[in-house]
Amino acid sequence: MMKKEAFSVVNHSVLKIDGLQLALGRKSYVADLKPSDALHVKMLWSPHAHAEITSIDISKAETMPGVCCVLCHTNTPRNIHCTAGQGFPEPSPYDTFMFDKKVRYVGDRVAAVAAETPEQAEEALKVIEVTYKLLEPVFTVDRALEPDAPIIHDEPEACIPIPVPYEPEHNIVAKVGMESGEFDQALAEADYSFDYTYETPYAQHCPIETYISMAHIDARGRVVIETSTQVPFHARRIVARTLGIPVRQIRVIKPRIGGGFGSKQEMLLEDVVALMALRTGRHVFWQLTRAENFRTGRTRHPIRLRIRTGVQKDGTITALGMDAINNTGAYGGHGLTVVSCCGSKVLPLYRCDNIHFDARVVYTNLPVGGAYRGFGATQAFFAVETQIDEMAEAIGMDPLVFRQKNHIRSGDGSPVFQALGEGKEGTPMTIGSCALDQCIIQGAAAIGWERRTPHTEKTGRYRTGIGMCCLMQGSSVPEIDMGAAAIKMNDDGSFNLTIGATDLGTGSDTVLGQIAAEALHTTIEQMIVYSSDTDLTPFDVGAYASSTTYLSGEAVRKAAVKVLNQILGVAAEMLEVPVESLEARDSTAFSADGRQVTYSEICLYALYQKNQFQIMDSASHITHKSPPPFAAHFVELELDTFTGRIKLIQYVATVDCGTAINPKLAEGQTEGGVMNGLSYALTEQYLFDSGGKMTNASFHNYHIWSMRDKPILKTILVPSYEETGPFGAKSVSEICINGAAPAINNALFNAAGIRLREFPFTPERVWNALQEKKK
Amino acid sequence: MNRKTITCKINGVQKEFSVDPDTRLQTVLRDHGYASVKFGCGEGACGACTIIMNGEAVYSCILYAFQADGQEIWTTEGVGSLDKPHPFQQALVEEGAVQCGFCIPGMIMSAKALLDREPEPSEEEIRLSMDGNICRCTGYEKIWTALHKVIAQGKGH
Repeated sequence: MMKKEAFSVVNHSVLKIDGLQLALGRKSYVADLKPSDALHVKMLWSPHAHAEITSIDISKAETMPGVCCVLCHTNTPRNIHCTAGQGFPEPSPYDTFMFDKKVRYVGDRVAAVAAETPEQAEEALKVIEVTYKLLEPVFTVDRALEPDAPIIHDEPEACIPIPVPYEPEHNIVAKVGMESGEFDQALAEADYSFDYTYETPYAQHCPIETYISMAHIDARGRVVIETSTQVPFHARRIVARTLGIPVRQIRVIKPRIGGGFGSKQEMLLEDVVALMALRTGRHVFWQLTRAENFRTGRTRHPIRLRIRTGVQKDGTITALGMDAINNTGAYGGHGLTVVSCCGSKVLPLYRCDNIHFDARVVYTNLPVGGAYRGFGATQAFFAVETQIDEMAEAIGMDPLVFRQKNHIRSGDGSPVFQALGEGKEGTPMTIGSCALDQCIIQGAAAIGWERRTPHTEKTGRYRTGIGMCCLMQGSSVPEIDMGAAAIKMNDDGSFNLTIGATDLGTGSDTVLGQIAAEALHTTIEQMIVYSSDTDLTPFDVGAYASSTTYLSGEAVRKAAVKVLNQILGVAAEMLEVPVESLEARDSTAFSADGRQVTYSEICLYALYQKNQFQIMDSASHITHKSPPPFAAHFVELELDTFTGRIKLIQYVATVDCGTAINPKLAEGQTEGGVMNGLSYALTEQYLFDSGGKMTNASFHNYHIWSMRDKPILKTILVPSYEETGPFGAKSVSEICINGAAPAINNALFNAAGIRLREFPFTPERVWNALQEKKK
Repeated sequence: MNRKTITCKINGVQKEFSVDPDTRLQTVLRDHGYASVKFGCGEGACGACTIIMNGEAVYSCILYAFQADGQEIWTTEGVGSLDKPHPFQQALVEEGAVQCGFCIPGMIMSAKALLDREPEPSEEEIRLSMDGNICRCTGYEKIWTALHKVIAQGKGH
């Protein structure tokens, strides 16, 4: 369903508008804005996974050289809140205090010092006297759910602000589920049924810029927070709640961001720097070290997924069931929504009448889960796409053909869309654009799927395998998330586009600028794009849920259409013709009789000559559906059966993101997501000591792939046209991270007949699976 | 502690700093306005702080400032400007290789050190020379393409 529109700006790879400034190393990020006299913050982190602070004495620290402020639970506001940057009221529990009398994981806050130098702050931390009463730590979801398990959140204030189950007395953060059809019966009556349990690991986003925030007090006494955040407006709201000060007292500015991937959809540093700035009147600067970023920062939730499926010999999927237990760690932010997306972004991919979904979210005394690109779909696709392959194998059908036979198509709905929302029921949806069929065909051709032979025909030490998977995601959270944009015209015919949407390196400022330029019939060079500043830009929920292009983009398009109407209205007055007879192109309004006025002339007239006014307007947008992008990923690998080592030969990622507003940036999203997914599937893992402390909190021991590891990667953008999106666009940023783990697992089966139920696929784990198969 | 005065040439300009024995070179550079030198790990593992010292790409976060005494240093600020970007900077922008951009100055310095030494490096030399610079956004594809574009144009140095 490709609509042929003659686009002049969108669907073109215009240069990213901040590309050059960043390549030149010009001052752009929070750290670059730090004045030389800023105070430096250091935090005393809990060394214990679960303990009560029975006493804390900060008096010595307060007298140490250079120390200007010390915070702990005895001298800070005790306002329960949620650090997750989500809509309001949040679909996450309020279970966090700025500082608490209890610590719940290694890396929890105990006390903070602001001093003239980082070294002085470090020295002061050493003289803070804390006594702890150790409590039994809970390191597994199984232990957390036992009746006699220690209660991790026993504070009476803990609550959830929306009407969903919350049982902190049982360490349960949330429960969610749905049923459609007769799942149990269908499973029992299926020709073949499957029941396997999968475990997905802890992992971290690892933006190269760690968490970083700075605050100061402006001339009027308001606190200004410059911070690396994906959610400036949520951050403002949460800081206000945490500190107990009005929103109007706070300004949050997001400069350029050194990567986020979901980790910065959180208010983690801002409350501390804001309160210290209020107490000292100074600039207060705080950046986490890499080890702190690993230990205290947010992570990808580890999830246990039991998948039960039934299939008929003819390839009809009759039962599809998922039981998920989500380990949210010490605090519950994003726990419910992530596990909901395990169901809502995965189960609809294949047509099936009998669907079961049951999920629980559980506290433990381990690092805290959060939003991470893919957001539950990543974890669930590993399990489901492994099992889909297994079902095809059982009935003797090519797994590619099996997927072609069963995948969702344009015009299909799914009971899952209606049943599962984010903290409430979902939104019924019929699939509009879907080019998954083309994704599969083009990906198969690119990888050479026809070369694939069964594992039973393979011998020798080194065996190649080819695997694939299909994927979907969403585009924004329907009926909840809102984005807004404002456009103001300048006298040279340029435009200020201000948006709350938060470019965290994705290129959304450029993409939104292109959408505005297209709708205004001008060029990207005429757009001056500014994001995001709670004083100066309209509201936007922020950069998450694959929403910016689809949701904020439509707000931008609507605002641009309104501004264009104003422009043409002035032109009509100038040319003395009816407005309907005018046409805009190339920054010029043309009348039917061949006369013309340029945008610059129009704006100068409106500002200075007659019936003066500022040509400007704004628009807001919410969505009523969350159209999925679709993808098919393929991988070819070589397995060393002696060592279990996997060598990637090539990877093909196809994606249907509707109209790619900027094809090169869309490719870049895909390439980066695939690489992150590969690294997650093969090498990244959190290792813990017996006390729950991460032992490999360093890039030396937590391996992020470099250019040396890069396989041959081919990205194919498969166009479709999503009627509800700006110029046909859907999302692209998250879906691409979901494919590597299942595609590799399926390729391992094709290479050597092994299927793993957990990853990363380290040589040791693969080798063990090979030995197990020999038995 | 005994402070020490060091002199070094940065981006062609002679500079003098008073430093503590344990001050990292990265800290001195950042404190004196060389914002392209990024902090990503502080332990020589991510490459965001890469500079060129005496022709070699090095991590400034694991060098002491006094080790720069008498040396010649280049940072990304010295490589190109808004009016006249380095061909690799231009290629990175044209190929869409700059996403969040935080790793890019370090990438530029590693690539420049390589291309200054070897204008037509082999694939293996490129992989090894760029191995010390981590990017989490791009998957390296477009950085790789930009680098090859510069090499093909013969503008590597």
